[in-house]
Amino acid sequence: MTNGWIDIKNTDLMLIMGGNPAENHPCGFKWPVEARLHRNAKLIVVDPRFTRTAASADLFLQIRAGTDIAFLGGLINYAILNDRLAHDYLVHYTNAAFLIQEGFKLPEDGLYSGFDASKRTYDKATWNYEGAGASPAAGASLPPTVAYDITLQHPRCVFQLLKQQYSRYTPEMVERITGIPRDQFLKAADLFTSVRKDGDMKRVATIIYAVGWTQHTFGTQIIRTAAMLQLLLGNVGRAGGGVNALRGHSNIQGATDMAGVFDSLPGYLKMPSPDDADLATYLKRTTPTASKPAEWDSYNYWSNTPKFMVSFLKALYGDAATKQNDWAFHYLPKIDRKYSWTEIWDDMYNGHVKGMFAFGMNGVQIGPNTRKNIEALKKADWLVVGEIYPDETSEFWRAPGTTPDDMRTINTTVYRLPCAGFAEKDGTFVNSARWLQWKNIAVAPPGDARVDQEVLARIFLKVRELYQKEGGAFPDPIVNLSWNYTDPLHRSFVELAKEINGRALADVTDPATGQTIKAGQQLPGFGALKDDGTTLCGNWLYSGSWTEAGAMTQRRGTDDPSGLGVYPNWAWSWPANRRVMYNRASCDPGGQPWDPERRQVWWNEAAKRWVGNDVPDFKPDSAPKDHMGPFIMNPDGIGRLFGPLAAFQDGPFPEHYEPIESPIANPLHPSQSTNPVVQKFETPLDKYGTVQDGFTVVCTTYRLTEHYHYWTKNNPMNVQLVPEPFVEIPAELADEMGLRGGERVKVTSARATYVAKAMVTRRIKPMQIDGKKTYQIGIPIHWGYRGIAEDAGRTALTSVNLLSPTAIDPNAYTPEFKGFLVKLEKA
Amino acid sequence: MPISRRAFLQGSIAGGAALSAFGFDVAPVQAQAKTLKIGRTSETRSTCPYCSVSCGVIIHTLGDRAKNAIPQVVHVEGDPDHPINRGTLCPKGSSLQQEILNDRRLLKPQVRRPGSDHWEDIDWDRAVDEIARWVKKTRDASFIATDSRGRVVNRCESIAWTGGCTDTNELNYLVVKTMRSLGVVGLENQARV
Repeated sequence: MTNGWIDIKNTDLMLIMGGNPAENHPCGFKWPVEARLHRNAKLIVVDPRFTRTAASADLFLQIRAGTDIAFLGGLINYAILNDRLAHDYLVHYTNAAFLIQEGFKLPEDGLYSGFDASKRTYDKATWNYEGAGASPAAGASLPPTVAYDITLQHPRCVFQLLKQQYSRYTPEMVERITGIPRDQFLKAADLFTSVRKDGDMKRVATIIYAVGWTQHTFGTQIIRTAAMLQLLLGNVGRAGGGVNALRGHSNIQGATDMAGVFDSLPGYLKMPSPDDADLATYLKRTTPTASKPAEWDSYNYWSNTPKFMVSFLKALYGDAATKQNDWAFHYLPKIDRKYSWTEIWDDMYNGHVKGMFAFGMNGVQIGPNTRKNIEALKKADWLVVGEIYPDETSEFWRAPGTTPDDMRTINTTVYRLPCAGFAEKDGTFVNSARWLQWKNIAVAPPGDARVDQEVLARIFLKVRELYQKEGGAFPDPIVNLSWNYTDPLHRSFVELAKEINGRALADVTDPATGQTIKAGQQLPGFGALKDDGTTLCGNWLYSGSWTEAGAMTQRRGTDDPSGLGVYPNWAWSWPANRRVMYNRASCDPGGQPWDPERRQVWWNEAAKRWVGNDVPDFKPDSAPKDHMGPFIMNPDGIGRLFGPLAAFQDGPFPEHYEPIESPIANPLHPSQSTNPVVQKFETPLDKYGTVQDGFTVVCTTYRLTEHYHYWTKNNPMNVQLVPEPFVEIPAELADEMGLRGGERVKVTSARATYVAKAMVTRRIKPMQIDGKKTYQIGIPIHWGYRGIAEDAGRTALTSVNLLSPTAIDPNAYTPEFKGFLVKLEKA
Repeated sequence: MPISRRAFLQGSIAGGAALSAFGFDVAPVQAQAKTLKIGRTSETRSTCPYCSVSCGVIIHTLGDRAKNAIPQVVHVEGDPDHPINRGTLCPKGSSLQQEILNDRRLLKPQVRRPGSDHWEDIDWDRAVDEIARWVKKTRDASFIATDSRGRVVNRCESIAWTGGCTDTNELNYLVVKTMRSLGVVGLENQARV
């Protein structure tokens, strides 16, 4: 979230789409309810199903799964045509006025300029700003000085290109694609953009979403469309505004921050590439330089990348990281291809990945294409599972349908190690509002179970011992990894949490206060980091979380002086305990709040500083007259309506493409129906269905309030609440099939079959899609082949992700779990 | 004098019992006999492990101060001080006690050998030894020091780590430290999917 849970109470208008917080985040949904009750805020819900969130809405629209860009693009078109725009914000805080190079082409035919059909990628050279004055012609990098037109009239300025791009997203086109009747669409468009009626800047709207947006082959671009709409309306950085990911798990925000993903290092540092011959080359490639109009200023905070990276390498390799050995830069692996989730399974299926650790991660159930993941594990040499319950992944070798004869041919050695539940471990989770909150140990793990970190530490230390004794391939990073801990097994996480925050390795000066931080002391924040090896820091973004004053993440201050729900002394929020990101944009260009009733930060002329109720997300002494952009993490300092160069793989503006399996050809450009750079896979198990093959029904998957992923199926109380799987089927479709509620139904995709009871409903209506009657169904995800109901023989032992396809978003590499095609039969 | 929440709850139970049918005041006896089950527990502040709202929870454990008692979680409730959930919990958070105390929990290390149709018990030391040997063997057999163009890559493509949604930041940091030092590039998490 750019903002936070409690901050939602400050809004005047909410669009909830691609998420269902009333059912999936019930205790967080009290804040949208609070906004309705106490601010008279309006709620618009757009979803394939009439959910409980929809039941709380002022306006509900049923949408076809996977057509969100068409809807949001329609809203952008409406806002522009009806002049419901935040003009000053647009001109000064976004790249609306920037000029784009000649040669850039919009995707009228479904393709932007630069498409290479043989490689199915874009040459993005034309997706760039035009340089100004003596600025060199830009090629692979952004021009240091950008040409711009503050009147927004130049035909090649971002605003005019944007206007042209979304002029095609008329209410009629929105209706054909999404199935939302145009009168309902216009009602929603009028309501959502009403916050900018008559030039008013006081009112604020928020957009709230979840994996209904991310799990598509264009998921990143859906979220971008929302961000662009919020920039056009001036809603980013403001209390009650922003673009807010609900997030579905207790610490996936933290896992992303801490680089639990293949393509980054902690704090969103980039992974080294083979072309980075040394650290200097890496830093040159990954440290951006400012790109802006000559008269403007840009903080370009990522210019501090060398401090973050050298401090990270010192945290990893301690004394073994020296200036002479380039801070042990070559201890890190270098990558020049993707190794994302779906690719790991594909590589294992193809015999390339031989061993896997799965700690608290049930990859068979998560899919996509569960059958492929089971078959992949059969080809591995070994699998190590750390879990608290028996799960499908550890028992892939006896998945339903596997005979003892089959098992004899499965040569994978599987270790299943009993690990610890949440109450048995300490450490921090990061919630969707970016708060790091420390949890304490309540009990010891049961039986012979161990905390996960002890298991990992013991395995690693044993591997290290083997390399010390026997040598082997490149043992240096293994034997030199810094492990000077009081408790080498980390039964408490205190030492690691302090290392993540960072400490001084020599006496250094804190640039903020001018005071000396003594060697060995905890750092006050990332502003104190150095690039000369005198500081170490496991993750610069979390620096400030455990200072000399103690664990900020354990704070329990319940004071909220501003009444805006900031709670500055409760736990700690990254970055730098800021609660609303980009909050400089909550003020006009002169530095005063757009809405005097909701004062977050402001420029104090007497003190010559930014001050306020939140920590300013800005250079604290940059006067408004210097025109520094409020989006300080971008080298251009502005909110990007146009994503230049390689920011996105599939276009600088979002374009509607159909899901990889779709009931219609894309009405915008039937010859380029799907995302041109989408990645599909090629094993015999990667099959994709079409309407011609009889797969005509759109299927979406979701969670229930009473269950959590593949976990609570082991909890008696939750199983009692919702004991069995089901398929949610529109009443009209059930009538056509002669199917009654409670009867078993078989759902088949191009990949596999899923069987459960039919739950016949009026919550999903038949839709008219491009003139064609189209049905959608929904399946909750929670069941598999191990669990209370499963073990009792009360289910068909099928997993919903047997159905989902292996196709991924080209930017985030998230699979398309939503909006694939199926057919239905009575079972 | 400030009244603690617990004392207040105990007080209201005693008060409710004061008007009894016995004709004499049983309140002191009742209060002695019917203290809440959380009356003698230790309270531990924690965070719900399910969704990302991060509801504050209070875990009540009993028996953890006695020498021979095995501490047991007897109750989990919402933390009324938490500014987001304000004491509320959903149907999943409300059943957390059964998540902690659950007879389906895995209690001992197990191994499934190649070709086998069943689990065997294995002790921790042996499991760790065997796994470490697998890691070394797999890594040594496939480690790529330089690529076909002679560039340093120092990576191990044949071992993957897949991490879960409730792994703490500190565990994830330890994963990065250890796995990246092994050269692991197939490092992924629930965050992707």
